Amino acid sequence: MADPTEITTRGAWGPGFWAKFVATGLLLAVVVPVLNLGISPNSFAAVPDYIVPLLGKYVCYAILALSLDLIWGYAGILSLGQGAFFALGGYCMGMYLMRQIGTRGVYQNPILPDFMVFLQYKELPWFWYGFDHFTWTLLMIVLVPGALAFIFGWLAFRSRVSGVYLSIITQAMTYALLLAFFRNDMGFGGNNGLTDYKDILGWDVHSPATRLGLYVASVLGLGAAYLICRYVTRSKLGRVLLALRDAESRVRFLGYSVTNAKLLVFTLSAVLAGIAGALYVPQVGIINPSEFSPGNSIEVAIWVSVGGRGTLVGAAIGAVLVNLGKTWLTGAFPESWLFVLGALFVVTTLIFPRGVVGLVHQLRWLRPRGESAPTPVEDKPIAAEEQA
Amino acid sequence: MTETADARPARDVLLYFNGVTVSFDGFKALNDLSLVVEDGELRTIIGPNGAGKTTMMDVVTGKTRPDTGQVYFRGSEDLTKLDEAAIANLGIGRKFQRPTVFENLTVFDNLDLALAGSRSTWRTLFARSDAARREKIDMTLSRIGLLAQSGSLAGALSHGQKQWLEIGMLLIHDRQLLLLDEPVAGLTDRETEETAALILDLARDRTIVVVEHDMAFVRSLGARVTVLHEGSVLAEGSIDYVQNHPRVIEVYLGR
Repeated sequence: MADPTEITTRGAWGPGFWAKFVATGLLLAVVVPVLNLGISPNSFAAVPDYIVPLLGKYVCYAILALSLDLIWGYAGILSLGQGAFFALGGYCMGMYLMRQIGTRGVYQNPILPDFMVFLQYKELPWFWYGFDHFTWTLLMIVLVPGALAFIFGWLAFRSRVSGVYLSIITQAMTYALLLAFFRNDMGFGGNNGLTDYKDILGWDVHSPATRLGLYVASVLGLGAAYLICRYVTRSKLGRVLLALRDAESRVRFLGYSVTNAKLLVFTLSAVLAGIAGALYVPQVGIINPSEFSPGNSIEVAIWVSVGGRGTLVGAAIGAVLVNLGKTWLTGAFPESWLFVLGALFVVTTLIFPRGVVGLVHQLRWLRPRGESAPTPVEDKPIAAEEQA
Repeated sequence: MTETADARPARDVLLYFNGVTVSFDGFKALNDLSLVVEDGELRTIIGPNGAGKTTMMDVVTGKTRPDTGQVYFRGSEDLTKLDEAAIANLGIGRKFQRPTVFENLTVFDNLDLALAGSRSTWRTLFARSDAARREKIDMTLSRIGLLAQSGSLAGALSHGQKQWLEIGMLLIHDRQLLLLDEPVAGLTDRETEETAALILDLARDRTIVVVEHDMAFVRSLGARVTVLHEGSVLAEGSIDYVQNHPRVIEVYLGR
C-alpha cells in the first residue's frame, strides 16, 4: 500500500518542492558535466569519460521505472511488458541512427543499412521511410509505443482484464514482440538488431562531448517525466486512479469511466517508456530483440518495489540502486547476480513494502522533525561515480 | 401484479422492472421480476437469503445484465442497455452491502470525487478545486457528522462512520434514486437509529430503495415494503400487511 501522506498532500508545487527539484537537476545536469570536463582528469573528483554513458543509462532506466510506477503505484496496473515500449522507442531511435550511417557502412550503400544489403533486400521497407529525418523519428518515438499501448489497453481495459491476468498478457505481448523482432524478415536486423551507429544530428556518437550531451538530454528527460508524473498523480485524475486501484467498481458507480482513466495513464506511461528507450540506444550503441525479453520487464517491477512503489522518487532511486548493484555484481560475482536480484525482491516485498523511500520516511519519523515531505532524491547517479 | 393492501394516489413511475430474469448457471436469481417504484417514494425490500435482493440492485446499476426483461428509468431509459458509469450519471446511486469508501483518500477527497461535476477523464486531469465545491463538501460533512474527520484518511474511520461517509457520497451527488443495500448491517443500535433518521431526512427530496434484514429498522422507516422470494415479488404493502401475510410467514418461518 502506498504511503497516504505523500499521495494526498496538496499544494505539492510549493517553493520547497521547486528548490529540491532544481537542486537535484543542477547536481545531475551541471555538476556532473563540470566534473567531467572542467577539472583535471587526474583529480579524485573527476568523472571519467567512460562513466558518463553509464550514468546516462541509469538515468534512462530511472525514466522507465517512473513510467511503471505511474501505472503500478497509482492505478494498480502491474504491466510486466513495460520493456516492450522501451524497446520500441529504442528501435525508432536505432532506425534513425542506422539511416545516418549512409555510405560509411561496410557495404557503402547510401540507402540500405548493412544488414539489409547482407540479407539481399532490393529496396528499403516502407516502414523505414522517414527515419532519415529526426523530427519524424521523434514523432514515431512517441506514436509507436503510444499507439500500441492505446490499442492493447483499449482491448484489455474494455474487457476489464486486470490484476494478475493483465500482468500475464503484458508478458505475452513483450514475448510475442521478442519472437517477431528475432525474425530476419521483419526488417529490423533480426538477432543482431541495429548497431554500428556513426553519428546523431551530425555529432559523432562515440565522442565524449556527444555522450555528455546525451547524458544531459537524459537528465532533462527524467526531470520532465518526473514533473508530468507528479502532475498526473496529484491531479484529480490521480485521486480517481488511486480510488480505482482500491475499489474499482465503486468508481464506476460514481460515474467515472475506469476504462478511459486507465487507458490514458497506460498510454502516457508507454510514451514515457518509449522516450527512455530512445535516449538509451545512442548511449549504449545497440538495440536488439533481447530488450523485449520478459525478464527485462520483470526487472523494472523489482526496481520500483525496491525504491518504493507509489512514490515516483522511489522508482527512480530504485532503478539506479539496483542497476549500480548489477553493474558491480555482474563484474565481481557474475554467477550470483540473479540470486541477489531475486532475494532483493523477496526481502523488499516482505520486510520493506514501502521500499527505500519508505525506510527513509520511517527513519525521519524517529527524529524530531516537523514536515516530512518527500525529497526528489534522484541524486543517486552521483553515487555511481564514487563507486566506480 | 401482486395484491396490495392500500390504495394511494398515483405518482409518476421512476423505476419499472418488466419481467426481468437473471440466471447464474441455471439458478434463477431473478425470475420474471416485475416491480414499480414511484417517484419520491421510500421503499424497503426484504426477503430471505437468495431472494434476489442484491441481484436486483446489480441489475439496476448495470453490474449484472439480465437474460430477459427491461428496467425502465423515468419511463424511457432502458437501464439494461447502459454501463455502470452511464447509469450513475443518470442520477442513480448505490450504497454497497459492505461499506466501500476509498480508504487511501481523505474523507474530503472521497466526497470531492462523488460531488457532481465533469466525469470526463481529460477534465479530471486538469480539474481545479474551487470555493463553491469546498463549501458544498463541508456542508455535507456536517450533515453526516464527519466535519472533524475531513482531513483524515477514510480507512481510519469506524465502521459506522464509513457507512455515513458512503451515504454522504451518494447525498452530495444529488441523485434522484438511491439504492441502499443493508445500510445498518453491523451497526450499533444507536448508529442504526441515527441512520434511520438520516434516511428519512434524505427521503424528503429523493427516491430511496432500501434492502434490509433488520425488521425493527424496516418498521422504523414506516415505508411501503416489498417481499422478494425466489426472484419475484411475493407480497407488497405496509409492514403490518406483509408481516401478517400467510405466504410471507410460510417463507420466513417454514424453512
